[in-house]
Amino acid sequence: MRALVSFTPDRQPSRQVNIHMTRITNAVAATFGVAAITALVSHAPGWAPIASAEAKPAAVALAPGDTGGSLKGDFGPPKGAPIKAVLTSPPHVPPAVNRNYPARVIVELEVREVEKEISEGVKYTFWTFGGTVPGSFIRVRQGDTVEFHLRNHPSSKMPHNIDLHGVTGPGGGATSSFTAPGHESQFTFKALNQGLYVYHCATAPVGMHVANGMYGLILVEPPGGFPKVDHEFYVMQGDFYTTGKYREKGLQPFDMQKAIDENPTYVLFNGAEGALVGDNALKAKTGESVRMYIGNGGPNLVSSFHVIGEIFDKVWFEGGTRFQENVQTTLIPAGGSAIAEFHAEVPGSYVLVDHSLFRAFNKGALGILKIDGEENKLVYSGKEVDSVYLGDYAAEQGVVAVAASAAESGTLTLDQQVKAGEARYTGTCSVCHQANGAGLEGVFPPLAQSDYLMADKKRSIAVVVNGLTGKVDVNGKSYDSIMPPMSQLTDDEIANILTYVRNSWGNKGEAVTAAEVAEVRRTTPRPAGAAH
Amino acid sequence: MFIERQGWWAGVVVASIAATMPASAQPPVSRAVIGPGTFASVLAPGAGVKEATVRRYALDREPVTNAQFLAFVQANPQWQRDRVAKLFAEPTYLSQWAGPTSLGDTARPNQPVTHVSWYAARAYCQAQGARLPTWYEWEYAAAADETRSDARQDPAWKERILGWYAQTSGGALPDVGRTPANVYGVRDLHGLVWEWVEDYTGLMVSSDSRNQGDPEKLKFCGASALSAENRDEYAVLMRVAMLSALEANYTTANLGFRCASDEGVQP
Repeated sequence: MRALVSFTPDRQPSRQVNIHMTRITNAVAATFGVAAITALVSHAPGWAPIASAEAKPAAVALAPGDTGGSLKGDFGPPKGAPIKAVLTSPPHVPPAVNRNYPARVIVELEVREVEKEISEGVKYTFWTFGGTVPGSFIRVRQGDTVEFHLRNHPSSKMPHNIDLHGVTGPGGGATSSFTAPGHESQFTFKALNQGLYVYHCATAPVGMHVANGMYGLILVEPPGGFPKVDHEFYVMQGDFYTTGKYREKGLQPFDMQKAIDENPTYVLFNGAEGALVGDNALKAKTGESVRMYIGNGGPNLVSSFHVIGEIFDKVWFEGGTRFQENVQTTLIPAGGSAIAEFHAEVPGSYVLVDHSLFRAFNKGALGILKIDGEENKLVYSGKEVDSVYLGDYAAEQGVVAVAASAAESGTLTLDQQVKAGEARYTGTCSVCHQANGAGLEGVFPPLAQSDYLMADKKRSIAVVVNGLTGKVDVNGKSYDSIMPPMSQLTDDEIANILTYVRNSWGNKGEAVTAAEVAEVRRTTPRPAGAAH
Repeated sequence: MFIERQGWWAGVVVASIAATMPASAQPPVSRAVIGPGTFASVLAPGAGVKEATVRRYALDREPVTNAQFLAFVQANPQWQRDRVAKLFAEPTYLSQWAGPTSLGDTARPNQPVTHVSWYAARAYCQAQGARLPTWYEWEYAAAADETRSDARQDPAWKERILGWYAQTSGGALPDVGRTPANVYGVRDLHGLVWEWVEDYTGLMVSSDSRNQGDPEKLKFCGASALSAENRDEYAVLMRVAMLSALEANYTTANLGFRCASDEGVQP
């Protein structure tokens, strides 16, 4: 390495802080970690190691169900001819390794900075591993020796490197792969741990490199491989930060401040709105099994990954060794992964979302899995009944609508007004005057058989429109209360309400018309703060 | 590792064999006089020292062009691409030119010269009686915009610089001198090409951008600028990251240089 000539800051304080933090973390882990993990995970391993004719890893005493991790991951030196890894663009996944010995696998990954559509009519300069977001999918077998070639295209502006979370070693390969434009780096690692791992660029500023799309997945298969399924898909979420608003057209530069604020403009599956919809939708047929390798590149957001209308039969949570069964939504951390399996029973379009739903419906985190095939009415009937259900509101709206329509055509009857008025009275007036119009003695005056109400139609309209404050005598009892103005109600509504109360609970009077209400509204003052 | 050390050794040789031109009393008009000054660099000068200092210096107003570099290799054939010592420049050196001493249709005379190694850039400046600027000299000049000597806290300034990063570099480079001159009369410090600096090897940004804290981990785990003072100065830090990715014999399509000197500068 180069000599550190100058620019050496004093790092002592932060170093001490870091050490301190590490100790705390370790203490927490030591106290809670083991118990928590034991309690959470299933005892059945997600994939059972299959005996094969290869070098035995070092003898380690293992608890039942313990795969041994990296201690059991070294199957000796690579055998056979070196194998060039098949890399695939999303949503495709390379074929299964299908090998029972450790090999030397050569991975050649090219970094390209490309301008692509992030949304219709919206361009963005992505920095990519392999020309796509997420980057090429890499698939190897536990125990393989991976010879990694990272090439930075000559047209690149930036230097780049790669940190694979599946690498055991400082920086995950990042220190050995810092590559200037037009250059190539090589390093080799042994894939000691099985699992689904995120890889990403770790060049300064690392958050920006990741925000520009520099991430992907590497699958380290267990020695025995995975059970066969009909379809394997590669889906990866990421958050994007543009200076323009969501769907603002044109070339959109990266917005550093939004990134720091963790306020993304877009949250996307596979690097573009529409990457997994329409012709690009994932496709399967009923009766088929589907396995999804799902990653979250971040840089900031954690994903609540969910497929609307499908239940994951199995989820290898965190991309690890064990699975949980019957999962609705699985949490995928930034820089983490999950493997989800399910069986397609019912045809239709299933929507992949981040169940933090504004991301799905306002920032683009939507994808479609289209399942074709015969309907299975026994599992899902489709729509059996299609009728309006609006509860009390429906009934209420019905009579009000009838009255409104009749008023318009000039055929409004007293009975229609009473019905519409009753609907409005309920919930507006009945809170104080009670549903039976009796009021509360000494507090709220009665409307039922009320001398004050029935004595003066015009005054009763004014009371509703303008409110009433001060002492009144009703049916021989004195009330000193405050009725707020109800001027927010329309002329029709007030006419109907008054017609209702003037013709209920023993009251008998002529109808109140909207024109009469309008006249009172026009000719009387309302207290400050009242509506129109 | 061996090659890198060899590179260092070779650098010393270049420095000792290169002929230094006689210094004139004043810098050429193509150079702007800047400083002295102190400023908050993104890279702290040392333990407990926040501000970096630059002495008075003169800096080329524009990056060196293809035409200028062509004149240099014509006068100094040992720097022509078919004759250059392999140690001093990798095979892509001046590969955008049609021939060793001709630009051809692919390289315009007024485009900044790129695909030049640190050794070649250094030799060019020495042939002008000058030198490459130091990082601090470059950064000090580049902190300015058209009206202010330090515009770095202005979000609009940052956005303008980051805007360059948002463009892919597939197409041909523009000519030099197209961006507005800053307060010193210097152009193209941002928005055109990366530029070599004399002490780029001292920009010890880890190859992994997340190092911080433990100096032992300097080589792997970390920080963009483990030594970076202002981590939100992304616009400038990316320069540092780029420079730290380079070896002295590297050449890339977006990497050029300009010269600096102490000429005409009062002691």
